[in-house]
Amino acid sequence: MAEIRSLRDAVAGLVHSGDTVAMEGFTHLIPFAAAHEMIRQRVTDLTLVRMTPDVIYDQLIGMGAARKLVFSWGGNPGVGSLHRFRDAVENGWPRPLELDEHSHAGMANRYVAGASRLPFAVLRGYRGSDLPSRSATISTVVCPFTGEELAAVAAINPDVTVIHAQRADRDGNVQLWGLVGVQKEAALAASRVLVTVEEIVDDLTPTPGAVVLPSWTVDAVAVAPNGAHPSYAAGYTVRDNGFYQQWDAVSRDRDAFLRWMDENVLEAAR
Amino acid sequence: MTWTPDELMTVNAARALAGARTCFVGIGLPSAAANLARRTIEPGLVLIYESGTLGSKPSRLPLSIGDGELADTADAVVSVPEIFNYWLQAGRIDVGFLGAAQVDRYANVNTTVIDRGPGRPEGRLPGAGGAPEIAASCGKVLLVLRHSPRNLVGKLDFVTTVGHGDGPGARARLGLPGAGPVAVITDLGIMRPDPETAELTLTDVHPGTTAGQAVAATGWPLAVAADLRVTEPPTEAELTALRRLAQGAPDA
Repeated sequence: MAEIRSLRDAVAGLVHSGDTVAMEGFTHLIPFAAAHEMIRQRVTDLTLVRMTPDVIYDQLIGMGAARKLVFSWGGNPGVGSLHRFRDAVENGWPRPLELDEHSHAGMANRYVAGASRLPFAVLRGYRGSDLPSRSATISTVVCPFTGEELAAVAAINPDVTVIHAQRADRDGNVQLWGLVGVQKEAALAASRVLVTVEEIVDDLTPTPGAVVLPSWTVDAVAVAPNGAHPSYAAGYTVRDNGFYQQWDAVSRDRDAFLRWMDENVLEAAR
Repeated sequence: MTWTPDELMTVNAARALAGARTCFVGIGLPSAAANLARRTIEPGLVLIYESGTLGSKPSRLPLSIGDGELADTADAVVSVPEIFNYWLQAGRIDVGFLGAAQVDRYANVNTTVIDRGPGRPEGRLPGAGGAPEIAASCGKVLLVLRHSPRNLVGKLDFVTTVGHGDGPGARARLGLPGAGPVAVITDLGIMRPDPETAELTLTDVHPGTTAGQAVAATGWPLAVAADLRVTEPPTEAELTALRRLAQGAPDA
């Protein structure tokens, strides 16, 4: 059953250095508050998993928290490059970053296999692409019924998945809606699950298109209002588009980045 | 009215969606073109975004593929595994519309890494995103990018997404279900694969552009169609709709 905990206690209890950590939210409900708490607690040597490692992973990578990244599209959505990600990959700053690179379809199916507790998933994918030449988690399998050769992708089973949702009830049942992305699969694929929420309510009134994660699939729920900023939480907060544009300038320069993180993430808790 | 090369590109990219019912929309330039098509030539076009929205009808250009406007105006919102497996892979979508960093003569695409020469690290691009499977499984594919020898190259540094592979018959040999790229729309003109060789050939130039300019801006010896056409100038309605989109204004 999910325990309602402070964000600080939830991160300290569930996210450890060296873990494989998936933080999902497909351009919506991105768990920034939890990432900032991880940075403050100096969690490091992580294998970070995420389909779209946008600004949230730019921050973790730039602070040296990651040794490896598993992903399918690494950009600043609607703006351009992720400069801290590029600096780590191209120049090894602040540390080298190993990559396992997929397509979106491949990553989505890796989570489906993980949630299903299967060793791999099949899809019609990667045909003719150079991507399999750089990944040990893409192979092929022959269909035993038709003889068709299909792509096989290894399951992802994170040590811990961290997501942000709109709300939970006092028993720790979690509800999220809008663009629901791949959060359900990422949560069910993981050994441990941490969910930050906008608020805790007495009753989870049904909402169209909502995903509900029952309390017994979640380890900890932490209240983090506006915890998806600068992304958004449908029904609660809107995307801070100016932030994404400003991030381009902040993240271009190593010193400017470190100063920003110091002032806005590290100092923020002191 | 006057117009810019980028406006010529987007207007012609939107026109290429005439007759399409469903379009899987890539981030950036394709999204601008697909939304312009909905406001001009193809009002009923069903826009599908990889964030899981089916039938988005945004009143302004989305800020990203995850813009809440796309979900709020959609006929249905589904999960990311579902959009790729049940909708894209199942072959339900007519047109895939993609941007690109590098494209070669067979309309193969690189969005992964750039070779910067000996002794220098590879330059990082964002990566594949949805493109490999969008280009594989949609009925046909449109590409839109700016025309330069840096973008249209003799040899790709990395094949992220297959267009026509190594030439005629390659898609069938690889087991790619869709017809693949049918047009590459740039700010100078339009290239289409030659029916015999599958090699991109300049079939149209935009008003005020010469075939020579397009050839000079291409990294391989670009073939020019014998019956080279000039695209129709943008209409006032097209330009007005495009500029309203670019300003984030709702449809007039």
